[in-house]
Parts: sequence; C-alpha cells; structure tokens
Amino acid sequence: MTETMLSAGELAAVRADFPLLARTLRDGKPLVYLDSGATSQKPDVVLDAEQDFYAQRNAAVHRGAHQLAEEATEAFEHAREQVASFVGADVGEVVWTTNATAGLNLVAYAMSNATAGRGGEAARRFALAPGDEIVVTEAEHHANLVPWQELAARTGAVVRWVGVDDDGRLRTDELAHVVTDRTRVLAFTHASNVTGAVTDVAPFVARARAVGALTVLDACQSVPHLPVDLHALGVDFAVFSGHKMLGPTGVGALYGRRELLEAMPPVATGGSMVEVVTMQSTTYAPPPQRFEAGTQMVAQAIGMGAAAAYLAELGMDAVAAHEAALAAELLDAVASVPHVRVLGPTDTRDRLATVSFVVDGVHAHDVGQVLDDAGVAVRVGHHCAQPLHRRFGVAATARASASVYTTSQEIAVFREALTGVRAFFGWDR
Amino acid sequence: MTSSMEQLYQQVILDHARDPHGRGLVDGPADAVAGESHQVNPTCGDEVTLRVALGTRGTVPVVEGVSWEGQGCSISQASVSVLTDLVTGQDLRQVDEVAETFRALMHTRGAGLDEEREDALGDATAFTGVAKYPARIKCALLGWAALKDAIAKTGVAVPATASAAATTTEEPA
Repeated sequence: MTETMLSAGELAAVRADFPLLARTLRDGKPLVYLDSGATSQKPDVVLDAEQDFYAQRNAAVHRGAHQLAEEATEAFEHAREQVASFVGADVGEVVWTTNATAGLNLVAYAMSNATAGRGGEAARRFALAPGDEIVVTEAEHHANLVPWQELAARTGAVVRWVGVDDDGRLRTDELAHVVTDRTRVLAFTHASNVTGAVTDVAPFVARARAVGALTVLDACQSVPHLPVDLHALGVDFAVFSGHKMLGPTGVGALYGRRELLEAMPPVATGGSMVEVVTMQSTTYAPPPQRFEAGTQMVAQAIGMGAAAAYLAELGMDAVAAHEAALAAELLDAVASVPHVRVLGPTDTRDRLATVSFVVDGVHAHDVGQVLDDAGVAVRVGHHCAQPLHRRFGVAATARASASVYTTSQEIAVFREALTGVRAFFGWDR
Repeated sequence: MTSSMEQLYQQVILDHARDPHGRGLVDGPADAVAGESHQVNPTCGDEVTLRVALGTRGTVPVVEGVSWEGQGCSISQASVSVLTDLVTGQDLRQVDEVAETFRALMHTRGAGLDEEREDALGDATAFTGVAKYPARIKCALLGWAALKDAIAKTGVAVPATASAAATTTEEPA
C-alpha cells in the first residue's frame, strides 16, 4: 500500500461533507478532532438518510402490507446489503445490534443458551463444558473480554489469553500453546483501540481451525479505516459499530457465517423473531431475524448503510492510504516532543493512525486538558482496556486517533500544543 | 496558555500536585481509631487509598492524622493533599462542614462561594476553576469521597450538635 494522502482538494471536499468539523470551541479555536477512535463525526449523507427515513418512509418494517411499510422494509434491508457488501459478507450474515458490545454479548449468551440445551442438537457446537477454554488477548477492549469472563463464570469454562509484546503487537507465537484442544472460542481484536496495531488474522484463524474453536473478531477499529473482507479473513463471527465508521450511534452489526447463525439459538426473544407461537411453545425465524427481537433501530441502520456506502465511494484503499500517512505524521509528532512515550508500534507497518502516549510527569487527564485548551480533542483514560494499560505499567494514556477527514495541519496543531504540556506543569524550565 | 487554563490549574494546585502532603500510608497512634477507604474513578482509572486516624479532644472526636496513597491527575492528587492539611486536627463536625462546603464549591460552575464560606476552605478555594469543567469535578472530589468513607468505617459518629471546640470559634447563624 502506498502512503499517499488525499490531495488538498479531495480532503477539502471530504471535510465539507462533515458539518461538525466547521465548528469552533474554547473561545473561537477551530476544532481539531483527534478522537475518531472513540466515535467518528458524521457526513451529511448519513444525517440526510436518517432525516429522509423519518420524513418520507417511516413505518414499521417486516409487518404490514401498506406502501409505506414496504418502502420502510426495503430501505432497512437495503442498508443491510450496503453493510454486508462493505465488509465482504452475504446479506443474510449480518445481524443488526445496538452496538458492537451487544453483538459480542449476543454470541456469548447464545453459547450460554446452547450450554443450557437450547437450540437442540444443531446448537451443541456452541455448548461449553467445565474446563473448556475461551482464549482472548491482553489487548482487548473490555467489550471483548468481560462477556467472555461472564460466559466462563456461567459455564465453568476457563479464560486464557495471548499476550502483547513490548511494541503492543499480539504475541502470535503464543497461539501454539495458549490455544489447545480444550479451546472452544478464540476472540481477538482486528486492530487495537489503544496501540493501533493491526492483527495478522491468518495465524489466529489457522490455529483456531486446527483445534476446532470458533473465532470472534472485534472489527470495530478496522472496518472504519481499512479494507475488510470477512469471507477472505475466514473468521466465524465479527462485530463492528456504526458510530465509529461515520454512521449513527445506536446501531452496530454482528457478522456470523451463515451455517453458524442457522444453528445458533436466539438470545433476546419476543416479537418479530418467531415463526409459530402457541401458548405452549414457539419456533423461531431463520437468521438474521432470529436475532432481531422487537422493533429495530431502523433509521440508524439506514444511516449505517449510508455510511458504508459513503466509505465505499471514497474507496477503502484510498482511506487506508490517507490514514497510513497520517499515522506516520502522528508518530513523528509525538516523537518530536521530549519525554513522550508511545504505547504501541512506533513503525508504520500494520498500524492505524491511532497513537496512545504518556507524557512523563504529567497525568493523561492533564495532558488532555492542555490539548483541549488548544481546541484539540483527544481521548484520555484507559480507553476501556485496563489490562493492556496494566501490561505497560500505566493507568491511563492520552490517545490521538485520526480518520479520513483528518488533515496534516491538524496534526501540526496537535504537535504544537503537545510541545507546551510539560512546561505548563512546571517541568523542563 | 489561556486564562481559563490558569484559573483551572492555579499555582496552589500545581504545587500540591508536585509536592503532595500526607502521601504515603502510615499507621496512626496506637490509641487512635483507624479507618481506611479505597476509591476509584472508573472513567480514568484514578485511585486513592486514604487512611484516617481519629482521637478525641475532651469528648469530641478529632482527626489526628490523614495519610494516603494514590495515582491520578494533578487535580485529584492536589485535592487529597489540600484535604490533608485542611482536616488534620479538626473535629468531625468541622470536617463535615468543610467537606460539605467543598462539595458546594464544586457545584458553582466556577462562580465560587461567598467570602465567609471560602475562607473556611483555605487553599481549597484554588479548585474554584475546576467547577467549570464537569469532567474534572470527580477528580477533585475523589479524595473527599475517600475521607467520608474512611471516617464512616471508623464507626465513630459525627456529633449532631456543635462541639465545644466549634462553638467557641463560630458565631451562631
């Protein structure tokens, strides 16, 4: 991949699509938004898609035979096609969830239900026995760790994990002994929301297949920034959220290989996910509807579809190339300021434009406050990854994360503001 | 740096953060009643463990010593340090009052309190600017939450009426 930024003209055109980027804050300073890893800003096409749905097509989907209901259903399912094709999945393999966390919990609770005997013979492949193993990594967001701890507690399974090396890369070499014949689930991140390191998925999938374990990929940070083809990656399940990929909050997607979703028992039950209901028992709809109980977040799903289409139109190769150049600039920026240490790879290979760092002698909160005073928005804290921070011996970091709309000028403003941090707190005088 | 930053990070705060008072857990006097509390700010991972040693002055329970260990931003660390100075030697009713006054200060959105109440806070008035930043108020209150909990854990009740020590130094309202 060539690290070619969008041209000034192309970037100006992209930024013009995002109304929020034009605003000022803290006494008139232009916003420098470097918190896209937490949530991205939204282009007009996403805002318009939601507005258009409510203004022109609003009706209950998958029920009713009137024209509006047909149009609403069509728009809802078209969004599913847009999202599925964006990540290299079939349309029936994408389940709407409220966010990525909900998608991971859905898989964990479906396995719990299978363990309790729900789903019959077909679902036995999801059942866990005491002593079975669930393998995660030390780099996981809490969303891809805590649901597995809970599943283990409910079933008697054991959580094990693959470590992280000093550069923040996953210890792929540990797969051979951490993943064993008892491993039933291998859940891992596609790209760390802290270190920005992008995982080489192939060895994880190969090892899981060798022992018959299911793979669950947290693709929250990869889908907005890199070309992702889930079929090509060969994972069994994957989750990602709308709001990090230029879409709305309140919607995310769970991908599951078709044969797995067909065999998996439901989690939330009730309206819209059934076939035949009697007073004694119920049969369930095929996937994806089986996993979409109750009224869905229709407008948000349509917005997420519009976001996928917007990114597809820009071209994910172009997006990734632009952000690879930004990653290099962010790394240069933090390296140019003395007493700043990066958690994660300092080379640009297989990494996102997401750079977490500590400033010696200054707590991350205080770093963030000084940057905020310059109009620069970064995330501070543990970024929902306490074990990873503990691995590096820190409680909190500041994190600058870019997106397709980020400019070199913004990174220059960030660098300038970062340069003043230590002096403000009385160091280096 | 803008004036709002200098209001937030007053020199008193920066000084306490760099050279905090009471840091390092110690055992109180053998005859003191001890209480300890560990508080965490889950949004940023800041934490403090605070230990309080209570004795008596006459019949009135008094804070003989405060010690603590913690990690966090300059606001949270300076706040525990200032708290240590403010409450050491005070009786529990005075401690309760100053804690309530500090909490009130944190709800003024930076406007501050009246002069009389601010006088009672001493160095802690330096945190007035913090109240302008909703995300930082929790940082300033972390140590105070630990103090309240640590005192509760001693099992010693805060006197309901004005103590002898307090009534001699305060005008009735």
